Amino acid sequence: MSTAAQEKSVYEQIGGEPAMAAAVDVFYRKVLSDDRISHFFEDVDMERQAAKQKAFLTMVTGGPSNYSGKDMRAGHAPLVKRGLNETHFDAVVEHLRATLEELNVPAPLVERVLSIAGGARADVLNR
Amino acid sequence: MARVKHESRWYPLESEESVLDGLLRQGVAVPNACRAGACQSCLMRALSGEIPEAARVGLKDTLRTQGYFLACVCKPVAGTELEVAGADALRVPARIDSLTLLSASVLRVRLSTDAPFDYRAGQYVSLLRADGLARSYSLASLPREGLLELHVRLIPGGAMSGWLAREARVGDTVAVQGPAGSCFYVPGHPEQPLLLAGTGTGLAPLHGIVRDALESGHTGPIWLFHGARTPEGLYLMDALRELAARHSGFHYRPCVLTGGSRDVAEGALDVLIRAECPRPVGFRAWLCGDSGMVLSLRKKLFLSGLSLKDLHADAFLPSAPRVEPVGAR
Repeated sequence: MSTAAQEKSVYEQIGGEPAMAAAVDVFYRKVLSDDRISHFFEDVDMERQAAKQKAFLTMVTGGPSNYSGKDMRAGHAPLVKRGLNETHFDAVVEHLRATLEELNVPAPLVERVLSIAGGARADVLNR
Repeated sequence: MARVKHESRWYPLESEESVLDGLLRQGVAVPNACRAGACQSCLMRALSGEIPEAARVGLKDTLRTQGYFLACVCKPVAGTELEVAGADALRVPARIDSLTLLSASVLRVRLSTDAPFDYRAGQYVSLLRADGLARSYSLASLPREGLLELHVRLIPGGAMSGWLAREARVGDTVAVQGPAGSCFYVPGHPEQPLLLAGTGTGLAPLHGIVRDALESGHTGPIWLFHGARTPEGLYLMDALRELAARHSGFHYRPCVLTGGSRDVAEGALDVLIRAECPRPVGFRAWLCGDSGMVLSLRKKLFLSGLSLKDLHADAFLPSAPRVEPVGAR
């Protein structure tokens, strides 16, 4: 179901799965340390939480992912009920940027990832 | 064409088809979610056959060494014959070999099995009484020792612990099922610093892992923190001090909330750990025992720089009271 890719995905360019594995540790640590949003990421099962974040990072970098907008809505609906809003979304995007920069992802690629992530805003916030 | 055997039936895979897709297509129920090699919902275990490396990318070493793989991204090359299973457990008959109090509240139970029982030091088993009563306990023994060793916390009103403490006799027949769990030593990084922390009988698997690491020739520092409310909750202190005396790289740190002494630190376990291992980046860690402690410590260690894949947590949960259906087996 892939569209013809004239250009390699950011996922491929920054190193695929191993890069995602490294990014998850950095990203998860950031969101868990941020009092504004950490409560959305607290999970007794840290493995499961990390796996979700890895899937998210894989999606926004254009890697292999089957998450649809519908999945995104359903998955975040309980969080929206708990008060998930624009501010929280922005905080996550901020940590995403910081994570990619920390991993030395070139600026143009960071912008591409952030634009994909920004595109998920309506679905995540169930607008 | 590759073939996959599951529960004694063979299922052919089409070209480029994953194990997950092939099994689902042919009516085998396998849990799955992202189907992109990320969420790990579709973990399966290979009993025989060659697993492509791509199907193990991102898995913990402890899972890889047990043959686990991600079915959704597992596309065996043509001609491969693969035998797979979920987490199927086996029951093995065993006899009580000895019952010894290690402290006022911890009973050491040693079991002999008729057939060799394959496990890694630090994994856990279910202990089953003849009438079917079952409880989960970590193994404190090493496979080469033959006997299986459990540390049973004596719980007031506890069904299994009460039976073991008062009624069970040496020679009684029980059964063990398992092993399970991914809390064990993985050879390959002998210089990596190791951090082991447990409360109460969380010491059981840690004692096995420490000895496994030392016998495997681990050269990096090994820190063992054992926490209890009071000094009465600590046990095996002499054995662990002896072990530390024989291995300069092994550090044993008992810790209590009240009643500390010259030899036993007083205070919270995480404070002691932070004082002794202020920057645990690059460590491998095992956390066992009280679930509140395990979960909070795992988060703290992760935030202080330990990688999730190097963090092994085994939270001990009390068994939930349950009503046996009449006539149920």
